Amino acid sequence: MIKFVVNGAEAYSEQPGDTPLLWVLRDELGLTGTKFGCGVAQCGACTVHVNGQTARACVMPVSAVAGKKVTTIEGLSPGGDHPLQKAWIAEQVPQCGYCQSGQIMQAAVLLAKNKNPSREQIVTHMNGNLCRCGTYNGIVRAIQRAAKEA
Amino acid sequence: MIGMNDFELLEFKISRRAFMGGSAGLAFAFTLGVGKDAKAQTPGTLNAYVSIAPDGTITIQQPVAEMGQGISTGLPLIVAEELDADWNKVKVVQSPIAPAYHHPIFKAQYVVASISTLGYWTPMRMAGAQARRVLIDAAATKWGVPAAECVTEPSTVVHQPSGRKMSYGEIASFATPPATPPAIDATKDLKKPGDYRLLGKGVPRVDVPAKATGAAKYGIDARVPGMAYATFVRSPVRGSGPASSNAADVKKQPGIIDVVTLDHGVAVVGETFAAVSKARRQLKVTWRSGQPGDAINTDKDLETYLGDGRDPKRVGVEWKSKGDPAKAIAGAARTVSREYLSDHVYHAQMEPMNATADVRRDGIDIWVGTQAPTRTTLDVAKALGTTPDMVRVHQQYLGGGFGRRATVEASVDAALISKAVNRPVKLILSREDDLLTGTFRPMTSQRLDVGVDAAGKIVAWQHRVVGEPVGDFVYHPGYNKAAKDRDTIFMMGAELPYYNKVDHWRSEHLMEPERTRVAAWRGIGAGYTKFAIESMIDELAHAAKMDPLAYRLAHTDDGRARRVLEKVAEMSGWGKKPPAGRALGIAFAEYGILAPKVGSLVGAVAEISVNEKTGRIRVHNYWAAADAGLAINPTAFAGQMESAIVWGLSSALKERVTMVNGVVQQSNFHQYELLRMSEVPEIKVEIITGASPIPSMVGELGVPCTAPAVASAFFALTGRRLYHMPFTPARVQAALKAKKIEA
Repeated sequence: MIKFVVNGAEAYSEQPGDTPLLWVLRDELGLTGTKFGCGVAQCGACTVHVNGQTARACVMPVSAVAGKKVTTIEGLSPGGDHPLQKAWIAEQVPQCGYCQSGQIMQAAVLLAKNKNPSREQIVTHMNGNLCRCGTYNGIVRAIQRAAKEA
Repeated sequence: MIGMNDFELLEFKISRRAFMGGSAGLAFAFTLGVGKDAKAQTPGTLNAYVSIAPDGTITIQQPVAEMGQGISTGLPLIVAEELDADWNKVKVVQSPIAPAYHHPIFKAQYVVASISTLGYWTPMRMAGAQARRVLIDAAATKWGVPAAECVTEPSTVVHQPSGRKMSYGEIASFATPPATPPAIDATKDLKKPGDYRLLGKGVPRVDVPAKATGAAKYGIDARVPGMAYATFVRSPVRGSGPASSNAADVKKQPGIIDVVTLDHGVAVVGETFAAVSKARRQLKVTWRSGQPGDAINTDKDLETYLGDGRDPKRVGVEWKSKGDPAKAIAGAARTVSREYLSDHVYHAQMEPMNATADVRRDGIDIWVGTQAPTRTTLDVAKALGTTPDMVRVHQQYLGGGFGRRATVEASVDAALISKAVNRPVKLILSREDDLLTGTFRPMTSQRLDVGVDAAGKIVAWQHRVVGEPVGDFVYHPGYNKAAKDRDTIFMMGAELPYYNKVDHWRSEHLMEPERTRVAAWRGIGAGYTKFAIESMIDELAHAAKMDPLAYRLAHTDDGRARRVLEKVAEMSGWGKKPPAGRALGIAFAEYGILAPKVGSLVGAVAEISVNEKTGRIRVHNYWAAADAGLAINPTAFAGQMESAIVWGLSSALKERVTMVNGVVQQSNFHQYELLRMSEVPEIKVEIITGASPIPSMVGELGVPCTAPAVASAFFALTGRRLYHMPFTPARVQAALKAKKIEA
């Protein structure tokens, strides 16, 4: 059994240690906001935080988070009202929406470190997250808005 | 006024057969009455689309799959407009899959071709107007006054002479719909555009909040008690299936329940998806040979296409024509011939294909995000030897549709596997399997032979598009024959309906043998046909020593076409000197099978630079002016435009599927690259309205101009032409080495 903390609560997995964290979160713990996109850390749809840093849950074995703090989109803010989430709505960013949990989780780490990122810093930080609906410019606008309003 | 008969094309009639399952017994009448689906005579349920609770909450059923296009806001907004609803009191729910909610053209719930809003436009208005009439009648009866003395304000009936008011919620607490629903006359009982309170104003999309919190439920998120997980390894070649496999060994892997061999592939079923994924990597299948697809080698095949396009003895199927181009070209001062190529492209929808099925003796439940829910019921029933009424589809959000989710393989496979293991099963494809057995926009070769007069203006235009038809794969074997080989998805855009000063033109489809999994892909044929057409027009403009904008305007006096071109020229500063090292390219396109009767128009300009060392094209700015008639929800429209522009640029610059001996050579996003944030230009979109009172196609409108606008900008910058999509670094470098084209 592997013990860790998810969204502030103690959690454990009974799956083998090499099970990707993604499937533990989605299937064992029922946190389906974190998405499966590629399975090889190429798209960012599965982005979560492990001890405050971004991690691609699809390639992270659950054994690697033993004793650590994992945050998913469901735990980013208690009421779903993180400045980024509010900005995502204000800017009407999502289209199909499937990649957006990963986008928001990726962006949240940037804002935690850098209160006022430049466009270039945003692009560099976000470039590993694919959006097939092409909402990239909306994502940049929303991050800038969140930075301003946070 | 445009009636449904205007939409009655042969292609629609034939595609409809896919939804009828060959049975004449299924009734698909669109009904505004309170059908069985809407729980007749329940207080507050006014018709199949509208029910109102005593607290004033108005529930509107929305019949179309939400895949990011904003339809779950747009259609209810139309109902709310005619209902005169307070939009803040509207709650949108996904409708059941039932005849009352069928698309009037397809006679099914089916979202393709960007014609959901156009198709449902009149039914939605009628549903709203009818519900409003029921409310007015009920209030008038209660007050004992003539209904003609009553009007509505948002969610309120007002008796004008006395000023008395009754809220919709209050009325709903006692009103039941009459046995015979009130008749609505579409010609006089509906609002005039000047009276709209909601349409064209812009409201936030109803699906957005849940997509910012992770709460939105997609097909892949379905959870059914006791379910197993599965993945499916389909034969990479169309029509093939497993000859042998190491299924027995894979079955012994930890967590694996069963390995199920079906005629067309092998399913690995386990207790967790992690176990299934691991076991799938151990699975080795030998596929049956003997299918035509075994011989596919895309690089060589494209050479064959080129040769076929040059062969005057080959006869194509006419798509559309005007005048007599064969005769007119003989009298031309000069003839210009060019060839254009495009590779297969993959949808790369972010949510891999999946479906959850629970097959029981008493019925079948399917949880899936699908563009084709009606067809899901039919095809699942057929595969399991039962009747469609036994199949219930639970529509979920789609993590991208784009045409990939217009076919229903995942649901059928999930149902077959559930039946085999006698448990509910969630089937998910790995990204690698999703790509290996993708359904691709077909690769093409195109040849244009254009006759010009002494001044360089077009007098005759012949367009030959070479490639595999998609109808049989998308719908059913025999589709193409029944549709007289008119393959809309393949040929879309191979026409000049708005260059109305060109008097003689003709386009034809030169069909290659069907052997590839080819299908509809956002923008369909217009993604490559407009690349050829608009690139050719740019080349002819330069040859005539005319500005490409002026040259286009010289070939059309269509007011809408001129307006989008002039607007985008103004937005982009067309004619002014761009920054050093950059250049602009312009393009124009219509989108819509019914053009020019109903069609959406777009003018676009791309500003690019080229890194001559790496061969990479960078698009810095992109401007588009779009006219789709009435813009139901303008901000959502602009969002769809931006989305389709990024989609189009991604395919113009990067995307490419190749096959060797029938097998796809790319496996994941490191080999099938999409445009990333660092590569996206600044995008500015303007919506033009007022030319038409009805809404036309939006979702794919941004795609067709992208490749030709970039290719024309490349010429303006380098004096070289790009003839093969995508414009990969290798192709750009080859073009740069080629001799400059003398204008």
